[in-house]
Amino acid sequence: MYDCLLPEFVVERREDSCIRCRVCERQCANEVHLYDTELDRFFLSEKDCVGCQRCVALCPTGALYVHPRQADYRPNSSWTRDKMQNLKKQAATGGVVLTGSGNDKPIRVYWDHLLLNASQVTNPSIDPLREPMELQTFLGRKPDTLKIEISAGKAKLASEMFPNVPVQIPLVFSAMSLGAISYQAFKSLAMAAKEAGVLFNTGEGGLPVEMRDEYADCAIVQCASGRFGVDLDYLNSARIIEIKIGQGAKPGIGGHLPGEKVSDYIAQTRMIPLGTDALSPAPQHDIYSIEDLSMLIYALKEATNYTKPVSVKIAAVHNVAAIASGIVRAGADIVAIDGIRGGTGAAPLATRDNVGIPLELALAAVDKRLRDEGIRNRCSVMAAGGIRSSADAIKAIALGADGVYIGTAALVAMGCTLCHKCYTGRCNWGICTQDPYLTKRLNTELTSQKLVNLLRSWSHEIQEMLGGLGVNAIESLRGNHEHLRGVGLEEWELNILGVKGAGE
Amino acid sequence: MNGFNVKFGFRDNFLDNLQPVDFLYHTRVSTNGCCATINALGLKHKELNDLLRETVLQGSTELVINNVFGQRYIGTRLFLPPEANKLHIEVNKFPGNDLGAFLNGHQIIVHGNAQDGVGNTMNSGEIIVHGRAGDVTAMSMRGGKIFIRDNVGYRTAIHMKEYREKVPVLVVGGTAQDFLGEYMAGGIVLLLGLNLRQGEPHRASYIGTGMHGGVIYLRGCLAEHQLGKEVGVFPPDDRDKANIDRYVREYCNHFGGNPDQILNERFQKLVPVSLRPYGQIYAY
Repeated sequence: MYDCLLPEFVVERREDSCIRCRVCERQCANEVHLYDTELDRFFLSEKDCVGCQRCVALCPTGALYVHPRQADYRPNSSWTRDKMQNLKKQAATGGVVLTGSGNDKPIRVYWDHLLLNASQVTNPSIDPLREPMELQTFLGRKPDTLKIEISAGKAKLASEMFPNVPVQIPLVFSAMSLGAISYQAFKSLAMAAKEAGVLFNTGEGGLPVEMRDEYADCAIVQCASGRFGVDLDYLNSARIIEIKIGQGAKPGIGGHLPGEKVSDYIAQTRMIPLGTDALSPAPQHDIYSIEDLSMLIYALKEATNYTKPVSVKIAAVHNVAAIASGIVRAGADIVAIDGIRGGTGAAPLATRDNVGIPLELALAAVDKRLRDEGIRNRCSVMAAGGIRSSADAIKAIALGADGVYIGTAALVAMGCTLCHKCYTGRCNWGICTQDPYLTKRLNTELTSQKLVNLLRSWSHEIQEMLGGLGVNAIESLRGNHEHLRGVGLEEWELNILGVKGAGE
Repeated sequence: MNGFNVKFGFRDNFLDNLQPVDFLYHTRVSTNGCCATINALGLKHKELNDLLRETVLQGSTELVINNVFGQRYIGTRLFLPPEANKLHIEVNKFPGNDLGAFLNGHQIIVHGNAQDGVGNTMNSGEIIVHGRAGDVTAMSMRGGKIFIRDNVGYRTAIHMKEYREKVPVLVVGGTAQDFLGEYMAGGIVLLLGLNLRQGEPHRASYIGTGMHGGVIYLRGCLAEHQLGKEVGVFPPDDRDKANIDRYVREYCNHFGGNPDQILNERFQKLVPVSLRPYGQIYAY
């Protein structure tokens, strides 16, 4: 199809190590390796290689080596190889260039410019191995004040309490829908969330009926513009309902599950005909204003008899603080903010790389605005989009988040190598595909264990860092900018983040 | 709490100063066997819906709600086991937005006009409006039937969808505003145009923009430019005619009128030209 494109990867085979077991040939859905029995030799189709490293990882003798092929064009720092390559793709098809996963452009990662504090002399640090360390977090609206009535010597809570959902660790799996990811990957997330006492997010692809008994208790279900699979049973089975307004990887545009991915099972869960495109419109067509958003928030609360918190997820964009304030005033119990490095199964490259703002700035701005307006207690804030490690997570909490969504990190734990080809539906790791030959590579027991391990290690690391800060509950860190210092940041960046420069 | 807060205040239009439901039940509801009559005058939407739920839990299955003026979400909170017990709800005067949103099996009859979002993401049941309905009527509806006697607003039947035996039906007696059937992925829409003069075209433009499933039957005339580019116009075949016949007769059962006279006019069938209207716009 693209005859003038140079291959992106070089595939090298050490002939002396290769034992002709043909694992590479079977593992590659892109058909890069082809073995000719008569000639007893492999042929390569390098241009089809996406660099997912599946064959390299599974080659029993280590005979394969796949590495990026350097740009062979004349070096040019403006017209880079990917810019030229996209132009050629567009010239060949007239189409919108797609990509998957998160933004890979060198937009400043503020986590790497924020440093945490630790106790020295004036405040003792705490050893989490021997002392209690509370990571449990409650998601949902908190009352403005606590009124306690005492009658006949007994204290009774008089304030109205709102539905809250506890998570054992403030880490929640991001919205990844069944359809975008495979059933195996979806179920692994659910199983891990259940075991670790956290939540997973179904995305907008529905929650299969047979999973509801076991996993609905740790599910955040989404109500997005496509309203796929949304009915009262779906809404009432979940712990939290999330209205998806936007996604960090593609703010302002809708989703599009191509017809070839809408298998019988996907059709059933989404309640749409087999093989049709599952189109999620860009806006929710009953929401054109904050007042309309309020209408949907209360529709969902009515539908669930006011027993579940309603979350609203937006992409981090300009004026995000004012928008978040409107969302809280509209009645949302949780505001989720997805930054520009958030992942996706498919998005136009131009949108993914150029629309939105970094999570760190958005999060700090939203937290400050909500505090200034005296409404921070009315919602929990979830931070999403490019959280790579426990350190990023704890910094997000110090910047004002109640909890953190982890998506890409969870995918990597499952096997993903960030080849950015999620939109092709040929994921060799069995994650972002519906091809049964590929999806059965993912064993739900093993994969969910990996995810649980990931959460466990992050939670230990968070406890260690909290202990170092001299803090024994994650609550005491939330929004505590004093525990952060910036390095290598301009004044305006420090101002928006609300942190002092290192050394101050 | 602080100056900022005092200046703008945080008003909760929906939840502040609610009256307790047992008080409302004793002052607002009169029951007669399984029938209950409810006076909704001046109630907030949560109060009314609390009251509806309480009334149903007390055993009523036929509800008449009087003096409804703009209360939202009527029918939404009545998701109660056992599902077999389907309610019959009559609404007098003017229900607010999202009437029967997520409705699951009940029948709602409105004697008056309805506002925006009638049958939003409705799952099953029936809504019959003796009047007009506003924008996004039957949005994302996936089952059940809606009958509107007069006109409907913008983006009616947007993203309606079907799955196997669950096929939603919307019958509109009058005409519709723009973007009728936008993104429609399934279901049946019948637009009768009964209030149009002879030869007067329907109002809507961009009909069926992005449509990739379902069918719109349209009585009355229409110019080519009113159609979205994803739909094609065809004459109805025998199966379509049976559908049209059935739903026109149901419409006349609800609102009166002579079905044979309505059926005598020419109907057109609007269906998507592709199940995948946007399959070709990407470079992989």
